[in-house]
Amino acid sequence: MTTVSWSGEPGTSRGPGPFLSVRDLSVEFSTEDGIVHAVDGLSFDLEKGTTLGIVGESGSGKSVTNLAILGLHDPAHTKIGGEIWLEDQELISAGRGTMEKLRGNRVAMIFQDPLTALSPFHTIGRQIGEVYRKHKGASKKEARDRAVEMLRRVGIPQPETRVDHYPHEFSGGMRQRAMIAMALVCDPDLLIADEPTTALDVTVQAQILDLLKELQQQFGTAIILITHDLGVVAGTADNVLVMYAGRAAERGTVREVLREPRHPYTWGLLSSMPRLNSSVDVPLKPVRGTPPSLLNPPSGCPFHPRCDYPKLAGPELCFNQRPSVSPETGHGDACYLTLEQKKELRTAQTKDHA
Amino acid sequence: MTSYLVRRVTGALVILVIISAITFYLFYAVPRDPARAFCGKICQPETLALIRHNLGMDEPLFVQYWHWLVGIFAGRDFVQFGSCPAPCLGYSFATQEPVFSAIVDRFPVTLSLTLGASVVILAFGILTGMIAAWKVGQPLDKIASSSSVIGASLQIYFVGPLLAFYLVDTMQLIPRPSYVPITENPLDWFTHLLLPWVVLSIIFTANYTRMTRSQMVEQLAEDYVRTARAKGMSSRTVFFRFAWRGAMIPILTIFGVDLATLLGGAIITEQTFSLHGIGELAVRAVQNTDLPMLLGVTIVGAAAIVLLNIVVDVLYAFIDPRVRLS
Repeated sequence: MTTVSWSGEPGTSRGPGPFLSVRDLSVEFSTEDGIVHAVDGLSFDLEKGTTLGIVGESGSGKSVTNLAILGLHDPAHTKIGGEIWLEDQELISAGRGTMEKLRGNRVAMIFQDPLTALSPFHTIGRQIGEVYRKHKGASKKEARDRAVEMLRRVGIPQPETRVDHYPHEFSGGMRQRAMIAMALVCDPDLLIADEPTTALDVTVQAQILDLLKELQQQFGTAIILITHDLGVVAGTADNVLVMYAGRAAERGTVREVLREPRHPYTWGLLSSMPRLNSSVDVPLKPVRGTPPSLLNPPSGCPFHPRCDYPKLAGPELCFNQRPSVSPETGHGDACYLTLEQKKELRTAQTKDHA
Repeated sequence: MTSYLVRRVTGALVILVIISAITFYLFYAVPRDPARAFCGKICQPETLALIRHNLGMDEPLFVQYWHWLVGIFAGRDFVQFGSCPAPCLGYSFATQEPVFSAIVDRFPVTLSLTLGASVVILAFGILTGMIAAWKVGQPLDKIASSSSVIGASLQIYFVGPLLAFYLVDTMQLIPRPSYVPITENPLDWFTHLLLPWVVLSIIFTANYTRMTRSQMVEQLAEDYVRTARAKGMSSRTVFFRFAWRGAMIPILTIFGVDLATLLGGAIITEQTFSLHGIGELAVRAVQNTDLPMLLGVTIVGAAAIVLLNIVVDVLYAFIDPRVRLS
């Protein structure tokens, strides 16, 4: 288990640094079966106007991390450690009032399934407008006008009439647009998109991603894009964080991670993805085994039970010691294989595959 | 909306016809002859036949049923009782009074009892359920939840006399239950029905507490509630404006179903407190093999339930915009 370390007094300001900085974050849920280590010692940074793609299997801690940024975990069953800095504000130690003012205002979130994530009982206009009223103190009329403007901005036709419709009267893509409009109504500095396109078909998916990119260019919003689709990451993100069992497996720019992946888990993810230009006869290679139980995570490197190379790296290391991401900055991964070994293995692998 | 109501009312009429036909048939399946009751102890076969003829009971069953049905809309003439204007539900075998006017006399009692109890059930059940959900896992939740289990295991005919003894006889807090028409004196109407309302609602209230609590807890875990929190809405707004709306829908559904049980409970309550309502008529009609009265009470009770269910369905559309009435 990671120990919680506080550098400096919580809530105090700090020197200039990245726009969003997550340091040694750990999230634990107490359940009837025991303690679930959903996120364990995760660190990453995000700059304004850039997009960070977080990828990983279900249960790798992607969503949990981002709910922690918004402070949406139930405090009765959750223990959160580490630090999350949004400019000079520490979020884990922040009070409820501070977080309520922050949510929907400076930090907004888009959820995966826009049908269940929108209230079925209120009109789209009201749901967008109430965020604006809450945070900007706008009147009903102003909030409604703003909702119309936002719907127009995200490309919903006839926003003046659509504003009075209910979510069930919208199509899936329209709902996600409305969701985005709701998230952006207060011009947030940070937008967290939790699998925003998973529930949508491919053409709508592309439109939504383009929309996010366009809005980012206009307003300089920082975006965290959670997905398990590496294709989405390749097309949208600047940087990538590959998560495994609540920890960072690999981090770097999109180019670095997708072109020269270093971690065996990233290799697995890439080779389990179908490619348009490869032969249909070549079977896809899934990552063998199943994701680890986060109740009792494996000792050492959490990936070792599914990894083909612990012998190469030295089983003692892999089985007993947690690797941390190295180097500290730039393209880094949490694996004991040497850079040369990784390069060799990867070259051999891609040859096999081709 | 209008076409919806027309459709629903038509459907309701069909249901009522079916219910009355079944009741009619069931009554004749019982091996008891109402004519014999009229005939007295020394009964000549000729007299019996004459009584049967006068009551219209010598005709085939479906013809009798048809006469009964037509009587409701057009009125009918009886050999024994004379003319009966529409809406005619016939004459009581036991008391010889017109069934319709007997029911009209007593209906306000049962209606007051049922509607008043509904208000108590919904108000208290939902309120305590919300408190329990707000303080989930805390002492207040445990008190509300466990007292609801106790409430659910009580019985009207047990609690009724007990409360009457303490509150009316010993402490003299409230007047003895009786029926004072609301048009006569609203305050007396209220105070005299207070105890029956409370007694009738005790079992149900407990159910609604538990249901509201579990529905609220469930709704609070829904995605759209999380979205509301992610938008910066305060816990109170999330609780009352978002989760509450969702929780009310299943509760309303169950309430629609419970209305029939509630009417049944009203009959027991009437008996417990000697209130002269529909329930008393029904019990007496069964004891006296009084077919016209039994049919009349059944059909009026069924009509009330069907009608209230239509009201519930219309309320549905107000709470949930996904329900369309067109």
